[in-house]
Amino acid sequence: MKFARRSVLSAALAVPLAARAEQFGGTYAPRPRQIADGVWVVRGADEAIAPGNGGAIANSTIIATDAGTVLVDPGPSLDYAKTLAAAALSATGKPVTRVYVTHLHPDHALGLGAFDPAIAFALPGTIEGLKQDGDGYADAMYRILAGWMLGTQVVVPQGRVTPGPVEYGGRRLTAWAMAGHSRADLVLRDEPTGTLITGDLVFHDRAPATPDADLAQWRAALDALAVLPHRLLVPGHGPVEGSEAAIAQTRDWLEWLGSALRTSVGAGLDMAEAGEQAIPGRFAAVKLARYELQRSVSHFYPRLEAEMLPRIDAGSEAPRPKV
Amino acid sequence: MRALPALSFLTQLAAAAPAPAASALVQDPLGSPMWQFHRRRLFGEAPVVFDGGVKVRFPMIAEDQHVFPVEVDARALAGVTRMIVLADLDPIPYPLDYRPLHAEPFVATRIKLDQRTPVRGAALAADGTWHLSGGWVDAAGGGCSAPPASRVKGDWAQHLGEMRGIRRPAGAGATRLRIAIRHPMDTGLVDGIPAYNLETLTVTDTKGVSLADLGIAGSVSEDPAFTLIVGAPASEALTVTARDSNGLVFRGTLAADPGATGGGQGS
Ligand SMILES: [Zn+2]
Repeated sequence: MKFARRSVLSAALAVPLAARAEQFGGTYAPRPRQIADGVWVVRGADEAIAPGNGGAIANSTIIATDAGTVLVDPGPSLDYAKTLAAAALSATGKPVTRVYVTHLHPDHALGLGAFDPAIAFALPGTIEGLKQDGDGYADAMYRILAGWMLGTQVVVPQGRVTPGPVEYGGRRLTAWAMAGHSRADLVLRDEPTGTLITGDLVFHDRAPATPDADLAQWRAALDALAVLPHRLLVPGHGPVEGSEAAIAQTRDWLEWLGSALRTSVGAGLDMAEAGEQAIPGRFAAVKLARYELQRSVSHFYPRLEAEMLPRIDAGSEAPRPKV
Repeated sequence: MRALPALSFLTQLAAAAPAPAASALVQDPLGSPMWQFHRRRLFGEAPVVFDGGVKVRFPMIAEDQHVFPVEVDARALAGVTRMIVLADLDPIPYPLDYRPLHAEPFVATRIKLDQRTPVRGAALAADGTWHLSGGWVDAAGGGCSAPPASRVKGDWAQHLGEMRGIRRPAGAGATRLRIAIRHPMDTGLVDGIPAYNLETLTVTDTKGVSLADLGIAGSVSEDPAFTLIVGAPASEALTVTARDSNGLVFRGTLAADPGATGGGQGS
């Protein structure tokens, strides 16, 4: 059904006029940076999906194992994932032989087409989500990114992640199935280095995106993450440096967002007003705060109004003939 | 997209138009291909200015093109008698036509967008001049030509006409209303589903005086929501009456604000 898909997929539509002229993609240059023994991170741009960045806005993680390279989140497009795989090969000396997708969002998942689906793994909920909404996401990404997306197709992982310990190529990982940012959010920890890969459950100095969010579930997931021992944290978006504060920062934003939206509905504000309300100064360093607030207003406001505003009718009258 | 043949037809109409009137010479700052068409249709020979007299507020991104919030605020102008929300390139281009009879010239709602289009607010001031402003909004398409969610769910009839609302004091003798009504708002642009939408909404006081009179088209979002600021104190009970294109009438009452005794302060 196209309706549900469309309303979900309209992830980033306000493409400036100048950018629209850009019919052809540019060149991706993913640069892995080593953050621990055998672990590299490729940082996404801390921006909205736009022609200027080719949709490469999410972080990816590369882990070296004896059996080959593990890649977490192949990025937004076929072209990106190919250059990412090449960069991973030159970093680790071994080709990518296993791919994890943390959740269904296109900036993390649409690069899967560069790999054999037999080596791709995700939570069952992510697999279902990609089957249901993947084409819609791809449509939206093509529309925004045009040539960058050339050849990109929705590929559904064949491997289903079960939570618990994983041993691959002599390297120990642990997987957790969480939810809240989306219906299924995979968390991985690389055991030798204690690197926690959170996907989009954690944003760092970049405002959280909420198109499929359940705020209560998300807060619960953050509480669970906060007590998972780790030495390093790779957020879905934003820098690894200083990310020890990122779980609390994400939770702080979600708490504020939830109460700000309820306060706005209670005060009778319309959506445009709610999207322009003041953002607390403690989020001054958080990129895309206004943009994501306005997106979140769109995601939650109609539902909140239906829930919070009292009924004022006494039922409808019998139909009257049209005059 | 179903809107396209109609639009190209309209564009041709515009191109074949006779010599423009004086107001037509005012350059449309948005460069809309449909500007002259809408100008003639809405404003005729009346003077039109693009200035800050009317403020149009909408988010930087059309996150959901079925539910795009628009607020038009003409409180800087004197004696505004009519306000129009205009989406130039939409198949149903005038979602709202508002007469703030005893109300501040301020209105907010949510509209459907079918494609990239200018979205504007127009206000007719006491001197007979239309004031306009607005901007381009990018939308992916499908806002008007996709069926509403309740049609997909199939439960629209069970909730038809349910009305929700709150009132808040908005300065001396003024009350801000937020009203939401369950209605599928079928545009008639979806195969097999004829147009079916709210057409009017009126706010009246206890003496039966109309304070605010809204004309509503099918391009207002499903389950329409409106913000109005009517000239009534908190002590005045208000009645909201809406009528749809099948002649159904929906009524709601906002009781006098128990916490306030007159002009009241904002909460
Ligand atoms: Zn995400």
